[in-house]
Amino acid sequence: MSALVEARGLRRVLYGEVPATLINGIDMDIYADEFLAITGPSGSGKSSLLYLLGLLDVPSAGEVTIGGRPTSKLNETARARMRLETLGFVFQFHFLLPEFSALENVALPMRALGRYDDARIRKHASDILASLGLGDHAHKRPEQMSGGQRQRVAIARALANDPKLVLADEPTGNLDSASSAQVLGILRDMCGPGSGKSVVVVTHDPGLAEQADRRLHIVDGKVSP
Amino acid sequence: MSGMLPLVFSIARTHILSRLRQTLVGVSGVAIGVGFSVMMASIMEGSQEDFIRQLVDSLPHISVTDERREPPRQPADQAYEAAEIRGLTTKQLRPGIKNPYAIMAALEGWLPGAVAPSVQAKAVIRFAGRDTAVSITGIDPKREPDVSKLSTQIRDGSLDALYKSSNAIILGSGLAKKAGARIGNSVIVTAGTGRTLSATVVAISHAGVTQIDDNSAYVLIKTAQILAGQTGLVNELRVKAQDVLQARAIASRIEAETGYKSTSWQEAHEDLLSAFQMRNFIMYTVVSAILMVASFGTYNIISTITHEKTRDIAIMKSLGFPSATVRQIFVLESMMIGVMGLLLGWLLGYAMSYGMAQIEFKSPFMDATRLPIIYAPTHYAIAGLVALSASVIAGYFPARKAAALQPVEIIRGAS
Ligand SMILES: Nc1ncnc2c1ncn2[C@@H]1O[C@H](COP(=O)(O)OP(=O)(O)OP(=O)(O)O)[C@@H](O)[C@H]1O
Ligand SMILES: [Mg+2]
Repeated sequence: MSALVEARGLRRVLYGEVPATLINGIDMDIYADEFLAITGPSGSGKSSLLYLLGLLDVPSAGEVTIGGRPTSKLNETARARMRLETLGFVFQFHFLLPEFSALENVALPMRALGRYDDARIRKHASDILASLGLGDHAHKRPEQMSGGQRQRVAIARALANDPKLVLADEPTGNLDSASSAQVLGILRDMCGPGSGKSVVVVTHDPGLAEQADRRLHIVDGKVSP
Repeated sequence: MSGMLPLVFSIARTHILSRLRQTLVGVSGVAIGVGFSVMMASIMEGSQEDFIRQLVDSLPHISVTDERREPPRQPADQAYEAAEIRGLTTKQLRPGIKNPYAIMAALEGWLPGAVAPSVQAKAVIRFAGRDTAVSITGIDPKREPDVSKLSTQIRDGSLDALYKSSNAIILGSGLAKKAGARIGNSVIVTAGTGRTLSATVVAISHAGVTQIDDNSAYVLIKTAQILAGQTGLVNELRVKAQDVLQARAIASRIEAETGYKSTSWQEAHEDLLSAFQMRNFIMYTVVSAILMVASFGTYNIISTITHEKTRDIAIMKSLGFPSATVRQIFVLESMMIGVMGLLLGWLLGYAMSYGMAQIEFKSPFMDATRLPIIYAPTHYAIAGLVALSASVIAGYFPARKAAALQPVEIIRGAS
């Protein structure tokens, strides 16, 4: 299996009044089409690792290579472009734009990419929403939806530009068990052999971790054996 | 990038709408700034234009007189270069322009305009035992209408009435009133030279300016020459140019060809024109300051919105929106406020200028007048341009700050 993402010697130190080491030397790979779970105690550095893998944050040392392309020397604009084209994010909080409908929120990354015309973007966005069981909610704004529905809209948005890698940080953390199961199922189903997508989920949920192809346990900013 | 603009626009619109009340305050600020700027410019430049027009209308565009810029060389100087000559009386020049009709005929060969002669004489008019001081101008009724408004200011008759009797005189309206004379009356005119003649009042002139109407009287050239004791000479040739802005160039050519001093209206009023320039400079400074202050409001609104929308900015940036796009969103918001403000401001400015133009002013020195307002597209364009630039600048700084935001700092805190 080839690695989609290779992280080598990752360190992230926050130089505040008291310097804090969030990530303290991590080597890891994310393989194509796999479902990877990252677990670990609270404060161990799971979110911090995800931000580095997702090019939202820049490592203090080390390198993240995505699709064979080293990213540490890329400028802000190039990293933004890579996020837009090849990465998708889902957070514990949905982070939808409150003034826009579900459909418009899903269309946002496509419009920012500017590859398709408006009609095609709308069609694609409503297809994704329908595939996640949100066909009837496309024109609702976030405040008019339930927590589980919002989180599914957030997943739809993450999928908008057909990313190679979806990074999810406790996506079910705010959901009841029924919604959690639904969201988990969606994440589980989008990857797998031939899907062209890898999914990395940070979770405290042992049940979720069970379903992953592989698990990575983080303690104190390091991979625990 | 063509798909980006509607996106930027739709996001900007939602932000503006989410802060409707503040937006309206900001728009009003810009509108008031633009409105007052336009009104101020239309009054100030209107009064200036009106003043210059009156100046240009009431005075000759070019005045040719027998003054010299340098004293003419004495014949003896010319004959014996450096020699010192004593015992000669200097040659006295009689004041006045010689052969005025020959000069006028020569000028008319090329002059883009018209020319007319005049003779000045100070005199006292006696009527019904009362003496009134008067400034008499000798004119040529055939030429006068081409260079001045006098012919349009004659009541009951025309300039040609001067030909009606052998010594005809036209009195200013105020003067006629002071002297108590009416058309058909005979008045005794005594010039400063001591020459006296009896003249018949044939018409009354009314320029609408007290100073002129109270002191002026008009007679034929030859009558004035008799009174002034200068047969064959005139004091001034007045030129009206077809294009007033050509006056300077024409004046210097006349001076070169005739040797008589030719003064254009611009030269005669150099001080005034530069005072106007200073006034305009001050006006545009004040106008710019007003619009700058108006843009502070816009700056405030955009800053507030960027703070409120920190999370949304973080989302957009985490999704991979380029910083430039985020910047464009907020600059566009600022421009939306600016554009709405300037459109409203144009309306406001027009309405206020129009209102000002309706007010009537009464003055003891002039006929009743209205404020000379002008409606110049350039005023609207300049105010609009400054307001819009100020909006862009006001939006740019908060926009740049918003675009520089690191999304991970917000996301780390929020999840
Ligand atoms: N701004 C900051 N300044 C100092 N330390 C920080 C800051 N942000 C995070 N940390 C610390 O970095 C460490 C890793 O944080 P991170 O959020 O990655 O943990 P986590 O594994 O995601 O925890 P959780 O399961 O609670 O989400 C924690 O010990 C945290 O206290
Ligand atoms: Mg976390």
